[in-house]
Amino acid sequence: MAEIGLLFDGFGVALSPFNLMLMFIGVLLGVIIGVLPGLGGANGVAILLPLTFTMPPTSAIIMLSCIYWGALFGGAITSILFNIPGEPWSVATTFDGYPLAQQGRAGTALTAAFTSSFIGAFVAVLLITFLAPVVAGFALQFGPPEFFSVYLLTFCAFVGMSRGQALKTVVSMMVGFGLATVGLDTVTGQLRLTFGFTDLLKGFDFLIAVIGLFGIGEILLTLEEGLFFKGTRAKLSPRVVLETWKELPRYWITSLRSSAVGCFMGIVPGGATPASFMSYGVAKRFSQDGDKFGTGKVEGVVAPETAAHAAGTSALLPMLTLGVPGSPTAAVLLGGLLIWGLQPGPLLFVEQTEFVWGLIASMYLGNIAGLIVVLTCVPLFAAILRIPFAIIAPVILVICAIGAFTVHTSVADVYLMLVFGVAGYVLRKLDYPLAPLVLALVLGDRAEDSFRQSMLMSQGTMSIFFSNALVGGITTLALVLLFWPTIAALLKRARGG
Amino acid sequence: MSDNHSHDRSAASTRTLELVVAALIFLLGAIAAYDGNRIGAGWGIEGPQAGYFPFYIGLIICFATAVIFVRALWDRAKAREMFVSRSQLLLVFKMLVPSILYVVGVGTIGIYVSSTLYIAFFMLWLGRYTWIRTVPVALGVSVVFFLLFEVWFLVPLPKGPLEALLGLD
Repeated sequence: MAEIGLLFDGFGVALSPFNLMLMFIGVLLGVIIGVLPGLGGANGVAILLPLTFTMPPTSAIIMLSCIYWGALFGGAITSILFNIPGEPWSVATTFDGYPLAQQGRAGTALTAAFTSSFIGAFVAVLLITFLAPVVAGFALQFGPPEFFSVYLLTFCAFVGMSRGQALKTVVSMMVGFGLATVGLDTVTGQLRLTFGFTDLLKGFDFLIAVIGLFGIGEILLTLEEGLFFKGTRAKLSPRVVLETWKELPRYWITSLRSSAVGCFMGIVPGGATPASFMSYGVAKRFSQDGDKFGTGKVEGVVAPETAAHAAGTSALLPMLTLGVPGSPTAAVLLGGLLIWGLQPGPLLFVEQTEFVWGLIASMYLGNIAGLIVVLTCVPLFAAILRIPFAIIAPVILVICAIGAFTVHTSVADVYLMLVFGVAGYVLRKLDYPLAPLVLALVLGDRAEDSFRQSMLMSQGTMSIFFSNALVGGITTLALVLLFWPTIAALLKRARGG
Repeated sequence: MSDNHSHDRSAASTRTLELVVAALIFLLGAIAAYDGNRIGAGWGIEGPQAGYFPFYIGLIICFATAVIFVRALWDRAKAREMFVSRSQLLLVFKMLVPSILYVVGVGTIGIYVSSTLYIAFFMLWLGRYTWIRTVPVALGVSVVFFLLFEVWFLVPLPKGPLEALLGLD
């Protein structure tokens, strides 16, 4: 198979000492980011992105994606030791992780979480290795209508999968699209929504939005909860690790099922958070002692962690092959590709093989590096968590401010970050999902361009989105997903009646 | 902000916020639709005109927020639900007001001086630390950031009169 050869070339790229060093730095930074409130995968990567502008793209993406893996690992530490999910996708990990820690089995819970994360990611990387070239090859035939229908699918999936809050998802997404249209129109050169403000000419940068919405908003939320870190002491002895590893193979069905759920939710942009909840729910239903879930079952840690990591990793598949990110962090990485002058999408696999396969190889290595780092450095990370909030909160805000400034070396962006922060705080409390906003902001221009090109091709009739089996199929799938709650309800009634 | 007469220490009900936010976003949508319409939301020689997307996005926003607004109006549960308590709001403002001053400081006295003052203020005021513990932490963080960005990464951050005085510009 050609993939294997390319993958080994990729290992050659990723295994250079410089890239290996970046990998470990990335994972370490990522875990710290994942552990700290206010910093997460998406805004952590956004803040560090400007620092990588001068690096070779392959090294830069290796480091940034390793930050992402680290953040995925890090979320579990706070969930288990402190009952505070460091990341939204580790909320489900607290259900059984924290009770385990209270019973004095924190080491077991942590080992189970890290190992499951690793397995979930590994399955997802295998999937990427073999599926991504196929998808990319397929997508090479895509024209503007096909691309628009893929974007449509992405956004419809978001709306259809948002439980009960579909309207708020729509609003959030449309605000993202709206913000994306501000500034110079690339097709006609007209100014849109600028109202004479020169600061608005260049539009809204999604990096600023991510740092504000996720970073500042998160700190305000954490503050409100009056955060006190009352955690269990953490120690990870090799004996506990080995004992847990002996126990884990018992849950292989759960692992496999959770990986599948995770991969699916990552590729169809549902994201890691719903994947972890769904996987926890499924594991609970199918497990022999499902009724004991929530009291400290190792299986209850395995399920959400495997799924979250599988989803987080597989979210990179559509990002690389189609230019459609499956998660906010993948969206930030996509923004990075654009800044480095790489056009994400199927051509990447043809023109930038070294980059693509270097990245894929680094996913294997980065997750191994991640597992080593988290298993050995737990006391260090737990110590970081004990830094009092009165010190860590202003420091995080300073880091966010620096990150926002460095994007365009503009002080106005720092003000804007604060505005986005307050907006993020209020919107989050009102259950407006923020991920669709960020994704729409990133994809807005591309979606609009492909739509306008399609319209030009068809002279203005929408039927072009059904003009052949491929584009028609994707569009239909998008519409089915959009109205999925209604369709599911109808199906249920039909079956019942 | 309205009080919902229930004598808990609620600063605002979820419904109030829901209504205010929906109205604000509606306004944004209306602005987008207006400007989209102004520059042309129809069909031009280059296909859909520049205003096409903003116009329809604005319309969708207006429609969706209008529905959210009306639903919230009738939602009794949300009227009772507390969006934020007074003590929580106080805490949030304790963070927010210094942060606004800090951000203004970034543009005027430079990011390093501003950060030092901000961290020190936070530790003294919210953390109730002593001066002896505060000064080294606040100064230390800024010095580390200075070395990291100005010296190591060669990324210049905003500087003010103090740096000019010290010749660090």
